[in-house]
Amino acid sequence: MQIKSASRLVGRALLLPTLALSFSSVAFAGPDENQLIIEGETISTDTKAAAGNPLPHLYSGWRFRSIETQALQADDFENPAFTAVDTGEELWNTVDGSAGKSCSSCHNDAAESMAGVRAKMPSWSDSLGKPHTMETQINACREEQMGAEKWKWEAQDMLAMTAYVGLQSRGMPVALDLEKGEMQDWHDKGEDLYNTRVGQLNLSCANCHGGNFGKMIRADHLSQGQTNGFPVYRLKWGGLGSIHRRFKGCMDNIRATPYKRGSDEFIALEVYTANRGQGLSVETPSVRN
Amino acid sequence: MKPTKYLSLAIALTMLSAVSVADISPDDVPFDGSMQVNESLTGKAGDPTEGRKVFANRKLGNCLACHAASDQSDQLFHGEVGPSLDGVASRYPEGLLRTLVINAKKVFSERTVMPGFYSNEQGARVAEKFKGKTILTAQQVEDVVAYLTTFK
Ligand code: HEC
Ligand code: HEC
Ligand code: HEC
Repeated sequence: MQIKSASRLVGRALLLPTLALSFSSVAFAGPDENQLIIEGETISTDTKAAAGNPLPHLYSGWRFRSIETQALQADDFENPAFTAVDTGEELWNTVDGSAGKSCSSCHNDAAESMAGVRAKMPSWSDSLGKPHTMETQINACREEQMGAEKWKWEAQDMLAMTAYVGLQSRGMPVALDLEKGEMQDWHDKGEDLYNTRVGQLNLSCANCHGGNFGKMIRADHLSQGQTNGFPVYRLKWGGLGSIHRRFKGCMDNIRATPYKRGSDEFIALEVYTANRGQGLSVETPSVRN
Repeated sequence: MKPTKYLSLAIALTMLSAVSVADISPDDVPFDGSMQVNESLTGKAGDPTEGRKVFANRKLGNCLACHAASDQSDQLFHGEVGPSLDGVASRYPEGLLRTLVINAKKVFSERTVMPGFYSNEQGARVAEKFKGKTILTAQQVEDVVAYLTTFK
């Protein structure tokens, strides 16, 4: 821990002169300048914000982590999430449920059929009358297509599958379609929630991830709270966690009663946060402290 | 229950209510015309040594989440969300430091991210455990204010 933070401080101190040169009038302890290269492929970790985005420029959460944590994500053999990815691949090919089917019975090779799916989630579902998250889509296939039992939101199998399916979109830009169905309404509801102050500490998501990203909040380096790397492997959790688990953690920290995982509120918030990261590369599965 | 237990309970209750009666409640804090609070919320002086602990404690003030302070250099991590508090006692009179800890919104705008530590002005959906409670007690506010006044 101590070595880690010390090296972070050194890294930041070294960066200061460059920062001071490029943004001489702003005191801004921003993201670092490191590049994410996985298996020889460069994954862009920042991008220009689309018109209407409240953020000036988009940065992946990876850019705010310590060099040690960054390194874990930059190597699939070191990335602890890959055990779950392997499980996900096994599950993909395993028959389950009364219809005697596996995911691959219908979707064949995930590398082809699932490429780009994570990048557009959540996406509108006519049959549901609301947006599908990756979790609800997978459960819909299990129940309706396979006659299998649905998985709990944070079940190991669910996390393994969302990680495996998500990985097939790695490197692709997040691109939600807000024109479909009532996506815009869900987005707007999410935006309201994002800007509502909650809890005894009386803070909104935007208070930390909008105005103050780049700054230290005690031992943690505040990012923009992007969701492009989920599910993420958190060292603190010792395993993978969903987007909604992270939302819950942030609400707990400000002493608010969190919404339930899979609730309409968290789905709306997920639509908004995903769209707020429109253009960032999918990094699933990311590693966080 | 034995009668002696009732007796001690009764004494404890009287002591408790005696304390809270003397404390100024969060809704009755007397902000003056220049938004200062010039009397102690408890009628007692604060203890800077206690205040130093409350300042660092993650479950209490956790002021270090957002502020740096040289006097806390024994703590590894200091935040950057707010300004460094070094020299803050030369910038603000004690009455205004008290207001800042009670409810910073009275000094800064409504939009400040600094929480009100002795205020009922809280967010929606306050967790059950913290409902109807302020982040700090009146005495803890006084202790932190006494500590801040040493930041010359
Ligand atoms: C019996 C065939 C069948 C099986 C088995 C099946 N699915 Fe599907 N899946 C579909 C169909 C059909 C769709 C498109 C549904 C729609 O558009 O509403 C779909 C859509 C999806 C999507 C969304 C794709 C997109 O482009 O939006 C995902 C993700 C998905 N399935 C994952 C899975 C997983 C994971 C499994 C195994 C647990 C699985 N499916 C099993 C038929 C199946
Ligand atoms: C008190 C400040 C604070 C508030 C308020 C807050 N968060 Fe966070 N959040 C953090 C910290 C600290 C982290 C971990 C470091 C980082 O990535 O910023 C984090 C991480 C996240 C992440 C993970 C980012 C990544 O790349 O791994 C998401 C997503 C997120 N927050 C969303 C939210 C949402 C949604 C809300 C409102 C319900 C919220 N946060 C409110 C402090 C906050
Ligand atoms: C969530 C972040 C946060 C926490 C926690 C926090 N503050 Fe602040 N504080 C701020 C910000 C931000 C400012 C600057 C005013 C602004 O921009 O709204 C500030 C300003 C101040 C100032 C005025 C400094 C100056 O030079 O103008 C004092 C004094 C202060 N805070 C004391 C405290 C104390 C004492 C605690 C703990 C009991 C505390 N703060 C906790 C965010 C915070």
